[in-house]
Amino acid sequence: MEVERISGLKFHKKQDVAIVGAGMTTWKRRLNETGRELSYLAVKQALEEAGLTLDDIEMVVMGSAPDTFDGLHLKGEYLLDGSGGSDRPYMRVFVGGGTGVFAPIAGYWHVASGLADVCLVVCEEKMSSSYPHPQSAFKYIWDPILDRPLNPNLIWIFALEMRRYMHVHNIKHEDIALVSVKNKANALDHPCAQVAEKITVEDVLNSEPMALPVRRLDVSPPSDGAAALIMVAPHIARQLTDNPVWVTGVGWALDTTWWTNRDLYFPRYVAEAAKMAYRMAHVTDPRKEIDVAEPYDPFDYKELHHMEGLGLAKKGEAPILTREGVTQRDGDLPTCPSGGLLGVGNPIAATMGVKACEIYWQLAYRAGKRQVAKEVTTGVCQAWGDLMQVGTVMVMSNKR
Amino acid sequence: MMAVGKKEIECPPYAEGTPLSDRDIKERKVTYVEDHPDIRYSWSAGQAISKFLNGLKEGRILGVKCNKCGRIMVPPRMFCELCFKPIDGWVELEDTGTVQTFSISYIDPDAKPLPEPIIVAVIAIDGASQNMGIMHILDEVKPEDVYIGMKVKAVWKSEEEREGAITDIKYWKPLEG
Repeated sequence: MEVERISGLKFHKKQDVAIVGAGMTTWKRRLNETGRELSYLAVKQALEEAGLTLDDIEMVVMGSAPDTFDGLHLKGEYLLDGSGGSDRPYMRVFVGGGTGVFAPIAGYWHVASGLADVCLVVCEEKMSSSYPHPQSAFKYIWDPILDRPLNPNLIWIFALEMRRYMHVHNIKHEDIALVSVKNKANALDHPCAQVAEKITVEDVLNSEPMALPVRRLDVSPPSDGAAALIMVAPHIARQLTDNPVWVTGVGWALDTTWWTNRDLYFPRYVAEAAKMAYRMAHVTDPRKEIDVAEPYDPFDYKELHHMEGLGLAKKGEAPILTREGVTQRDGDLPTCPSGGLLGVGNPIAATMGVKACEIYWQLAYRAGKRQVAKEVTTGVCQAWGDLMQVGTVMVMSNKR
Repeated sequence: MMAVGKKEIECPPYAEGTPLSDRDIKERKVTYVEDHPDIRYSWSAGQAISKFLNGLKEGRILGVKCNKCGRIMVPPRMFCELCFKPIDGWVELEDTGTVQTFSISYIDPDAKPLPEPIIVAVIAIDGASQNMGIMHILDEVKPEDVYIGMKVKAVWKSEEEREGAITDIKYWKPLEG
């Protein structure tokens, strides 16, 4: 048992938490399968990898972002059977785009607290149900009185943030585009990828303008898909494998909804969440101690922004590391080796598949063609969402 | 019973899923159900924002202050979220400000192309604390001439047209030139 104190909070866990299996479906725009069917496919794969059956699962956490995408309220209940949640404790959590790492954090609570020894975490998103475009559903995240009369598009806030980030650190669009080039190329090795391709910086800079500086190839696509993860107590992990991957730290934080009242150049919500996760994981120098990272990359500048929030780069330094190749799969700090959201796709909550699941696969040396070149011990994954103010972080290690 | 043992799987081993194309749906080649929900909402503006909107109707931008953290905040709120106490009073701010960041948008809320791009910005309001911005539209300026740090001024609707909405400010224009 381990007790730590951070600004009045106690991290007090009953038992350690290991990950022993993961799964994900292909990610595409408009999959013929329903959300339940997609969830089933992901769960089936995770169970198979762990060597478990559904009977072994004690509790289920479902992560799925807004109901608006589906035009179906109480989506957690709708997705229950495909998630293997029938007749056992089942809950749905969501914090918009942050759900991809928040759902496994909720799974961690279940096991760390001792309430469950075997917990299944399932994330599902079907963005294509809203026709013609999920952007129309995003209207409903804006303040109805102050923002919506201006006819906002969600891309606006990212464009505003990207411009501010470029301005404060004097960063060129060329440097940001390198992230899109890297991640889309990494995704060529991912069997689930939607928009894997070899592109150049010029392709990004010449792509269709959306809300400048954001252009088409700076953005990840809307997708459908599902992912699953199995978290277990140490005595279960020992029965299943010689090489479990341990969750060593979790963190989450939200910044104010008054997002125009803060300087947008730095993601404080990620920094706070990372601080919490690193304290738990005893990581004091993330740049040195983290071997592989999956920061949230729905936009290319966001990977850079989040690397800085995660302390993997100093403020304004992430574009330099990217340009120098440090973040390549064979670099010193492989970043988004999965191909990320930019390359594999962006089914909001199901992005757990390229964040939490990918770090697990990397640390378990099961990532196949995507396996990073260097030896890995510790990895971090992170997600972000809501009205751009939530940060969720999880640190994992293949050493206990 | 558990622990059949972990299989040697290189993940993800399979990735089922049957994608549909836009055409499949447009040409009704696949079975689907169409629904156009007609749900209407009437939101409360709340205590603070109601007063703010009434101020806009009079052509004034109102903020609030917290004596504990010393912030002058806009949009106004009834409590300081940092000090978690009631605010200490109202202040009238200028209808000028500074562009903190901006974007030139070619898309509408449904991601459809706009006939003409519009400029959207976060504008820090003069008289409020640092970085106290609101999101709004810029006009009477060419996209290539906008820069971060540009001073701008509100262009109001005429008194008769104002209705107590954020759109009572038509847009913001450069303070000089």
